[in-house]
Amino acid sequence: MQVEDGEVFGFLGPNGAGKSTTIKLLMGIIFPTAGSAQILGKPVSDVSMHRDIGYLPEQPYFYDYLTAAEVLDYFARFHGFNAAERSERVQKMLKKVGLETAGKIQLRKYSKGMLQRVGLAQAILHDPKLVILDEPMSGLDPVGRREVRDIILELKNAGKTILFSTHILSDAEMLCDRVGVIAGGKLRGVGTPGSIVGVKSAGMEVVFELADGAAAQKIREKATKSGTNYRMSVADAELYAALEELKGAGAKIISVTQIKPTLEEFFMELVGKDRAQAAAVEVSGQ
Amino acid sequence: MSRILIVARNTFREAVRDRVLYNLVFFALLMIASAVVVGQISMDIETVVMVSLGLSAISLIGLLIAVFTGVGLVSKEIDKRTLHAVLAKPLRRWEFLLGKFAGLVLTLTVNTAAMAAGLFLAMLFVKHSIVRGDAVVLVAVYFILLKLALVVALAMLFSCFTSPLLAILFTGGIYVAGLFVAQLRNLQSTQITPQLQKLLSILSFLLPNFENYDVMGAAAHGRSIPASLALHNTLYTMLYCGIVLSVAAVIFSRKDLK
Repeated sequence: MQVEDGEVFGFLGPNGAGKSTTIKLLMGIIFPTAGSAQILGKPVSDVSMHRDIGYLPEQPYFYDYLTAAEVLDYFARFHGFNAAERSERVQKMLKKVGLETAGKIQLRKYSKGMLQRVGLAQAILHDPKLVILDEPMSGLDPVGRREVRDIILELKNAGKTILFSTHILSDAEMLCDRVGVIAGGKLRGVGTPGSIVGVKSAGMEVVFELADGAAAQKIREKATKSGTNYRMSVADAELYAALEELKGAGAKIISVTQIKPTLEEFFMELVGKDRAQAAAVEVSGQ
Repeated sequence: MSRILIVARNTFREAVRDRVLYNLVFFALLMIASAVVVGQISMDIETVVMVSLGLSAISLIGLLIAVFTGVGLVSKEIDKRTLHAVLAKPLRRWEFLLGKFAGLVLTLTVNTAAMAAGLFLAMLFVKHSIVRGDAVVLVAVYFILLKLALVVALAMLFSCFTSPLLAILFTGGIYVAGLFVAQLRNLQSTQITPQLQKLLSILSFLLPNFENYDVMGAAAHGRSIPASLALHNTLYTMLYCGIVLSVAAVIFSRKDLK
């Protein structure tokens, strides 16, 4: 697997697939029993390249006796910034991750989401070329996730290379130039999100409103109701016939969208295959 | 070097914020109570009692901090996973280890210096004067500090490859054994075989010799301590700490963190 310069690369896989293990290997937190990896052309054992890397650990935890500003200042010191630079960068980062008002509170009083923000701030504090984020959205509320997405896009626009792991597929589909899918400790595919899951349509979904009436009864049976709307899935070839039928019943069409297989389905398929394989091995073993 | 100092500074700050230095309040109360009691009950031996008591308290409090905090220096960071973000910085693992060691030794230095100041105040209260000969107490305090540095190094070594509880037991065990190095070396008994005797003798050279640091008797009675012993103890501590920390660094550098 190779991550190219300047791209946003999503590292996908279900829980326990080996995403964090791979990232820990890259960061020198654990050591490989076989194989090798390089970052920015240097072997991962070379600590000097950490100058150009930012890393957000999974469920990050920092010294809880420090405030957010102090912990960022501590990390900034390792990069050799002087006092004025450190102060400026720390304030800028706190603002960027929405913690400017909480910068002077000890981290022991922080929520999980706030710690995640501190983690993100320390990862990008030194303006690294490569940012590695392990589950950056976990523990965040929808607003926080949106903010993290914006930061990732901002980093991308600034020409940074970003590798992030996630099991939240919509994030990957939204942000990634390419994804790598890992399951059961093995890499199952690398490519654009579209190429991984295929672009073949799986039908059309029609969303509509429907007034009461005898003519509508048949349609109601085929559709599912959510709120005041109904939704109905039809094969591509049957779309026009279905629309005619809806028109005849006096339905008001809200939207017609193509149903594409999602990464989620790709995931489920992979996990399903793994389980089937594991079961087969178990049976043959017996 | 600067990266080691960054870690050391933060380790000191952690100790201060975790209220490690609060033990000084206990020491101060002990000194005040002792000075009052000793001043009332003894005639000629008040200084001996005061110095012995003070140095014992400095040593014991220091040992407790050195063992318990020393064991937690690295293991706590591994357990809480605070190390992950730190090691992602341009910092080598041995630098981190050395920084942690330096930070705790700095904490112990400040703590021991404060306690020594307390002891001198108590001596002043009891004797009504401090004379030049009392400087020997400072040498005794310096030896305690050297001993504590060695204990911290041992605690860190054990915490690199075993659980915190076992590391505390190992460090405590080595410390106690190190107090009887001379006896171990010159053990003459018909009860043990010559092979075992030889083994114990070899062991006595490997164990840290904590006996050399104990000059409490001399300090309490105002006897001078030879400069050669001060030099010997200083070099011995530096060498022994160097070896122990090097082994710890090798183990820690290869350790898979969870």
